[in-house]
Amino acid sequence: MAFDGTAGLHFSDSSSGPSRLRSDSGTEVIRIHDLHKVYKMGDIEVEALCGINVTIQRGEFVAVMGASGSGKSTFMNIVGCLDRPTSGAYFLEGQDVSALSSDEWAHIRNRKIGFVFQGFNLLSRTSAVENVELPMMYNGLHGKERRERALEVLTLVGLEDRLHHMPNQLSGGQQQRVAIARSLVNRPALILADEPTGNLDTKTSAEIMELFQNLNAKEGITIVLVTHETDIAKYAQRQILFRDGLIISDSKKEEKLQG
Amino acid sequence: MWIMAFRIAVRALGRNKLRSFLTMMGIIIGVGAVIAMVAIGEGAKALVRQQIASLGTNLLVILPGTVTVGGARTGAGGRQSLVDSDAKAVMSEIPVVTAASPVLRQVQQAIAGDQNWATSVQGVAPEFQQIRNWQVQEGRFISQADVDSTAKVALIGQTVAYNLFGDDDPLDNIIRIKKIPFRIIGVLGAKGQTGHGTDQDDVVMVPYTTMQKRIMGVTYVQQIIVSAVSADKTQEAKDQITLLLRQRHKIRPGADDDFNIRNLSDIAEAASNSATVMAVLLGSIASVSLLVGGIGIMNIMLVSVTERTREIGIRMAVGARSRDIMLQFIVEAVVMAAIGGALGILVGIGSSNMIQRIMEWPVLVRPDIVIIALLVSGGVGIFFGFYPAQKAAHLDPIDALRYE
Ligand SMILES: Nc1ncnc2c1ncn2[C@@H]1O[C@H](COP(=O)(O)OP(=O)(O)OP(=O)(O)O)[C@@H](O)[C@H]1O
Ligand SMILES: [Mg+2]
Repeated sequence: MAFDGTAGLHFSDSSSGPSRLRSDSGTEVIRIHDLHKVYKMGDIEVEALCGINVTIQRGEFVAVMGASGSGKSTFMNIVGCLDRPTSGAYFLEGQDVSALSSDEWAHIRNRKIGFVFQGFNLLSRTSAVENVELPMMYNGLHGKERRERALEVLTLVGLEDRLHHMPNQLSGGQQQRVAIARSLVNRPALILADEPTGNLDTKTSAEIMELFQNLNAKEGITIVLVTHETDIAKYAQRQILFRDGLIISDSKKEEKLQG
Repeated sequence: MWIMAFRIAVRALGRNKLRSFLTMMGIIIGVGAVIAMVAIGEGAKALVRQQIASLGTNLLVILPGTVTVGGARTGAGGRQSLVDSDAKAVMSEIPVVTAASPVLRQVQQAIAGDQNWATSVQGVAPEFQQIRNWQVQEGRFISQADVDSTAKVALIGQTVAYNLFGDDDPLDNIIRIKKIPFRIIGVLGAKGQTGHGTDQDDVVMVPYTTMQKRIMGVTYVQQIIVSAVSADKTQEAKDQITLLLRQRHKIRPGADDDFNIRNLSDIAEAASNSATVMAVLLGSIASVSLLVGGIGIMNIMLVSVTERTREIGIRMAVGARSRDIMLQFIVEAVVMAAIGGALGILVGIGSSNMIQRIMEWPVLVRPDIVIIALLVSGGVGIFFGFYPAQKAAHLDPIDALRYE
C-alpha cells in the first residue's frame, strides 16, 4: 500500500512551500544548557545526564541515538516537561520552563508538545477519533470543533476510514498513526517520539517514518525522535548521539539544510 | 469540564457494569435500609400519636396512690382512696375541668342466650361519653337517672355485640353478668385497638353505681377520668385537682398525695419521644451499612486507579492537570454513589410498602429523609472517592506511562 501521509488535507500554511525554510529564521524551539539528571535509588546515585548542551531550531527533524541506558529517554522526558532536571537550564520557545508549576507544565504538554510512544499508549476501548480528541478535552475546545479537528488530523495520517475502530481493531502501524494524529491535534511546536517504530516491522516502520518526514517537510513541524536503528535515523536531517549521559556527536545533513 | 468528567465517569462505569453494580450494592442496601428503618420508626410514631389523639390530649386520669407494704410498694392504684364524690367535686369546683367520670373495670363473663363471652365490664358515669368522645351507634348512653337508680342497663361494644348476637340486633336484649340480667340500651361505635393492641370494642359499659354495688361490691372507684377545657390547660387542671383532693382527703402539708394524676399529653409526648429514639436508633444502625457501602466504593476506586494507571499517565501526557484527574475520579465515585443512592431510595420505599402490606406495620416514608439519603450518598462518594482520586492525581506521569 503506497502511502502519502499528507494526501488530501494540508495545514493552511503548507502550500507556501517547504516550511523547513522557516528554520533558517533561527527561531529556537529548544535551548538546553548544562543539563544534569541524577536518579537516587537509596544510597546509589545514577547520573543519567551529565551536562547536555543542545539547541534545536523550528522545523528541524532530529534523530537521537545511543546505546541502551545512555540517557535518551531521560532527555526526552525532560524536554517533554514530564520530568524535572537535577540542574541546568531548559528554554522551550524562549520560556524558562524549570520555574513553572506542574499545572503550567500540563498546559505546555497540552499546547506545545505532542508525544508519540513506542507502545502507542492509546486509551483502550476508545475509538480512534476519541483517542485523537483526548488532548482537546483538556483545553476547553467544544465538541463540534474537537471532532472537526480530529477528523482533519486523522485524514492527514491517512486514517479517515478507521475513525470508529478501537485500538485492538487496528494494526500496530495504524495504532501508531492514531498516536501521531493525537500528538498533532493541538498544533504543537514540537513532537517527541521515543522509539516510535520500536514495536513495528521494517515495512511499517518505513511508512511511519515517511509520515514523520512528510509532517516535517510539508507542515514544518519540529520533530525529535529516539531510535536505535541507523536506517530509521536516516529519515532525519540531524543526528545526535548519546553516550553515558553526554552528547558525543551532533551532525546535520548539510545538503538538506542548505537546500 | 464537569460535563466531560461526568461522561468519562459514566463510560468507565459502563465498561464494568457488573462490578459497578456490585459496588453500588453497599450504597443501595445502606440507603434502602435507612429509608425503610426510618419509615418504620416514623410509622410507629405516627400511630402512637394518632392513638393518643384519639384518647384526647386534654385528658387527665386520677389514680389512687401507692401503698407501701413492708417496704414493697404496690403499683399505682394500690390504694382505695378515690370515691365518686371526688369526681363530682372535681367537676363542679374546678373551672378548667369540663367533665369527670369515675371508672371501675373488671373482667366478667357476659352471657346472652346460649352464647357467652369474657369481656371487660366498665362502670362509668354519663360524662364518660363526652370525655372519651365515644359515639353510640344505636340506642343511648348511660343517663344520670341510670346512675342514681343503680339501673341494670348496659351498652355493649362492637366486639361483644358480634360475639354474643352475631348479626342480630342486640338492642333491648338481656345479657347476664354475674347472674344479674342487664337490659341492653345501646351499642357503642367502633374504637379500634389501643397502642398496646387491646381491643377497645371488647367492652360492656354499665352505670358505675351498678358496677360498685351489684357487680364488685365496693364503695371506692378505681380511677377518675377528667377532661380539661383544652390541651394547654391540663397542667393547670392537674394543679387544682391536686389541691382539691389533698383538701378533701385531709392530707397534712408535707405528706404524700394518696392519689396520682396522669396527664395524657405528657404520656403522648413520652411515647412519641420513645418512638423518635427508636427511629434514630434504627436509622443509625442502617447508616453503618451506608458506611460499609462507602468503604466498598473506596476499595473499588483504588482498584480502578491501579488498573487505569496507564490511562492516567496518557491523560497527563496530553495535558490533564492533577485537578482534572482528581475531578474525573471523584465524579466517578459520586456518580456511582448517587446511582446507588437513587436505587436505594427505590428499594427503601419498595420494602417499606412491603413491610406495610405483609407485616401490617404502619410505615411513613419521609421525603426529607429521602433527600438527605441522596445527599449523604453523594457525600459518601466524595468522601470515599477523595483518597483514591488524590492517589490518581498525584501519580508521576512517567511512572504511570511505564506502568504495566
Ligand atoms: N526512574 C529511574 N530511576 C533510576 N534510574 C533510572 C530511572 N530511569 C532511568 N534510569 C537510569 O538512567 C539511565 C538512563 O536511562 P534511559 O532510560 O534514559 O536510557 P535510554 O537511553 O532511554 O535507554 P534505552 O535505549 O534502553 O531506552 C539508565 O542507567 C537507567 O538505569
Ligand atoms: Mg529509552
